[in-house]
Amino acid sequence: MREIIDMAALDVGQSGYVTQLSARPAMERRLMDLGLVRGTRVTCMVKSPAGDLRAYLIRGALIALRRADAAGVQLERECPPAGGAAP
Amino acid sequence: MSGPGPCLALVGNPNVGKSTLFNALTKLRQHTGNWAGKTVDTAQGRFVHQGVEYRITDLPGIYSLTAKTPEERVAWDYIASGQADGVVVVCDATCLERNLILVLQVLELTDRVLVCVNLLDEAQRLGLQIDLEGLSSRLGVPVVGISAGRQRGLDQLKQAMARLAQRGEGPEKRAAPRSPQERALLAQQYAEQTVASSRPDALERQRRLDRLLASRLTGIPLMLLLLGMVLWLTVAGANLPSQWLSQGFDWLGQVLEGWLSGAPGWLSSLLLDGVYRVTAWVVSVMLPPMAIFFPLFTLLEDLGYLPRVAFLMDHAFQRARACGKQALTMTMCLGCNACGVTGCRIIDSPRERLIAILTSSLVPCNGKFPTLMALIAIFFVGAQGGWLGSLKGAALLLGTLLLGAAATLGCSRLLSATVLRGTPSSFTLELPPFRRPRVGQVVVRSLLDRTVFVLGRALAVAAPAGLVIWLLANVEAGGQSLLGWCTGFLDPFAQLFGLDGVILMAFLLGWPANEIVIPVMLMAYLSAGTLVEYGDLSALAQLLIGQGWSWLTAVCVLLFSLFHWPCSTTCLTIWKETGSLRWTALAAALPTALGLVLCFLVASAGRLVGL
Repeated sequence: MREIIDMAALDVGQSGYVTQLSARPAMERRLMDLGLVRGTRVTCMVKSPAGDLRAYLIRGALIALRRADAAGVQLERECPPAGGAAP
Repeated sequence: MSGPGPCLALVGNPNVGKSTLFNALTKLRQHTGNWAGKTVDTAQGRFVHQGVEYRITDLPGIYSLTAKTPEERVAWDYIASGQADGVVVVCDATCLERNLILVLQVLELTDRVLVCVNLLDEAQRLGLQIDLEGLSSRLGVPVVGISAGRQRGLDQLKQAMARLAQRGEGPEKRAAPRSPQERALLAQQYAEQTVASSRPDALERQRRLDRLLASRLTGIPLMLLLLGMVLWLTVAGANLPSQWLSQGFDWLGQVLEGWLSGAPGWLSSLLLDGVYRVTAWVVSVMLPPMAIFFPLFTLLEDLGYLPRVAFLMDHAFQRARACGKQALTMTMCLGCNACGVTGCRIIDSPRERLIAILTSSLVPCNGKFPTLMALIAIFFVGAQGGWLGSLKGAALLLGTLLLGAAATLGCSRLLSATVLRGTPSSFTLELPPFRRPRVGQVVVRSLLDRTVFVLGRALAVAAPAGLVIWLLANVEAGGQSLLGWCTGFLDPFAQLFGLDGVILMAFLLGWPANEIVIPVMLMAYLSAGTLVEYGDLSALAQLLIGQGWSWLTAVCVLLFSLFHWPCSTTCLTIWKETGSLRWTALAAALPTALGLVLCFLVASAGRLVGL
């Protein structure tokens, strides 16, 4: 089943694949420069003390984004491998 | 050799070690550090290989060549204009996939490209193997692997750079333009084909360290602990070398006195009591804390810790409606406010950059540390020696720094609500992989650089200042020295803020450098116009108490030393960066007003309770 969420909803340890970018133009361009395009796998790695800033693993680099900026990226949630759901 | 030699440009993502490579090639000393945006300017240098001189230009780190940010425009202009005979794209081996996106973009502009995969040592530590030949055949340009920080592979790189520069004037072949989507997917494909990972556990260790240093429960306590530890080592370690230095200067002073015994009294007094003693005081008191603090701080920087500090503090800055990267410029200000002001260029939004610049001098720079340390030691730690005393001293110094940080946040919020209204803009903060600090190199380098800097500053500022103060103290008019007239004039005003005329005068004369505030104060207190024992705190304590200082005076001096106008170098830098005298004036007025208000409140409260 395809579950579409925004990147800010990704919790630590969860991953997803980018389906759509709809941030402010400057931000969208910066994210694309970082290699965040459709199909890119993103994993949430760390949450800051206030929880607003989160660091995501994007193409081997750890990039921190504020919640408002991360919300502009739509992801298809990756099913956890340990979940054991048969294809 | 005729005419200027070939010219090559270094481009790459931020924080891939371009400056380290630049330094290794040119033997110059650009500042390096493990975080994105360290180099904000272009730097020029040269090296000689087999009798030919090559010029290289180190361009600021960029993520793309879309020419939207100033750094990108500089890099794009430079490459597209064909000024360079070749472009060396420096890549981080530990994050090759993202770096290849830029390589592909450069290949759309020119084919005179050499790809230099740096940080191979770090990649090896993380268990990453990179097939350099495979990468070269896929990209269609030469690829060289190096570890610039450990000087490995540089000869091979120089040879490749020489071949790149010799390729002559043939027509350039450019790759067909691709969309960002295509580029990213091609980079991913190349990386999958050429990078093999054999140690997922090493990557996992990095993630664990990040969860420890940057997460909810442990992040902030560990940050305070680390900073406290650095300060404690600085406080505890500075004493002994300070004593050695002052003994050395004592001895040298006697030698000089012997030499000058034939000269007229006023001349030897001017040179010895004026110029020599102030210079000696500045060196023996300033040098040891700097020589300890800087290497320790650089080690944390080399490890990659500073971006984690920005990560932890972002929420506070967001509430102050400022940029999270301001935490990075604040840490730079700890070293030198002027460097911090230049560093504010890493903040993209003009509004947030101005906020960072205007609040930069609220963080005490290294020049203020010894003053703060001496005041804390004399009035708040007292006779307690040993490790307990130094621990207490470090804790109080940490508190002082935190007060500076709180003032930065408060003033940022105030500016956001008044002259610089707006909402926080979006930003991305890269957290680079932790790297093993190059301990030996960092310690030696930062120690030497600091020593040279402090000595140079002592000669350039402290010595002439000593001369001026000696003259002020010794030239009389109407039965009183000029200095006496000035301090007497300032005294009533200064008393209002818990200070006295001499202290205020010392801060005014200390405008060229915060280091000389205490020596000026001492000279003015001693009617003869000469300094006492340098570096000896108990003598200093006696003198100050004899002049009517209480611990309340000490608190006010501490506050005013923390918050007053920026030094002349910082003012000049602010003027250059903002291009506006009005913003520069505000940058000077803001901390001064804050300092005066705080001092007034403390002094009035003290008077009310009858201290």
